[in-house]
Amino acid sequence: MAEAKRIERPLSPFMFVQYYRLQLTAVTSVMIRITGNAMMAAVFFLIVWLLALASGPEAFETVEWWLTSFIFDLFWFFMLWAVWYHYLGGLRHLIFDAGKGLEIETAEKLGWICVYGSVVLTVLTVIVIWL
Amino acid sequence: MHYQTDRKRAVGKGSAHSGAEHHWFMIVSSVALACMIPTWIYIFGNALGSGYEASLATMSRPFPAILTALVLIVGMLHFNKGGRVMIEDYTQGTTRKLLIMAYTGFSYVMIACGLFALVKIAL
Repeated sequence: MAEAKRIERPLSPFMFVQYYRLQLTAVTSVMIRITGNAMMAAVFFLIVWLLALASGPEAFETVEWWLTSFIFDLFWFFMLWAVWYHYLGGLRHLIFDAGKGLEIETAEKLGWICVYGSVVLTVLTVIVIWL
Repeated sequence: MHYQTDRKRAVGKGSAHSGAEHHWFMIVSSVALACMIPTWIYIFGNALGSGYEASLATMSRPFPAILTALVLIVGMLHFNKGGRVMIEDYTQGTTRKLLIMAYTGFSYVMIACGLFALVKIAL
């Protein structure tokens, strides 16, 4: 009955590290996952900030000192970039889900928009918030 | 003779054993977040580093408080479900189950802590 009948199946795209040359569309897509996970560090420190704010001035001053230190300025800057990258990447996938922009040229153009657009939006946000 | 349509016979037989609800949730929550995040970044970015009194004043106003609560709830559910797709892509068996539990636990702890703080600040 259930004899093992070998069927030639196509390789899974997740084998791309071994068998595929990395493509822009694949890298820009997996970066959405990386930034999505990385942003949880920002959520954690947002919650620390909120809890400190809820518990009173003393706790808040310590937490605020840390969260506005130079290292955390770099951290927030990177997190801001992660948010904007995830944002643009998500919009790109909404376009894909609508069945549009799937031609290779357009898809790659959208990928570059995510890469450069996220940097531009990050710098713009820093300017808007700090000025 | 089966009086079933082809569609009826196919439902639930895919590898996910269910429909497209998961993906649809990601689309709905992503559009919601896309609308909320720019305003929220502006509010939080200005509040962070503004001192105790100013931060408290900002976060006790209705709009920033409600927006923060919404961003937190929708954001963490979006993270939980999106992360789950990633976990299911890269891991199997017990590792997969434990990671899904950890992601879910983290999501709900963040929501609960955030809402507690927001309520305490507002009252």
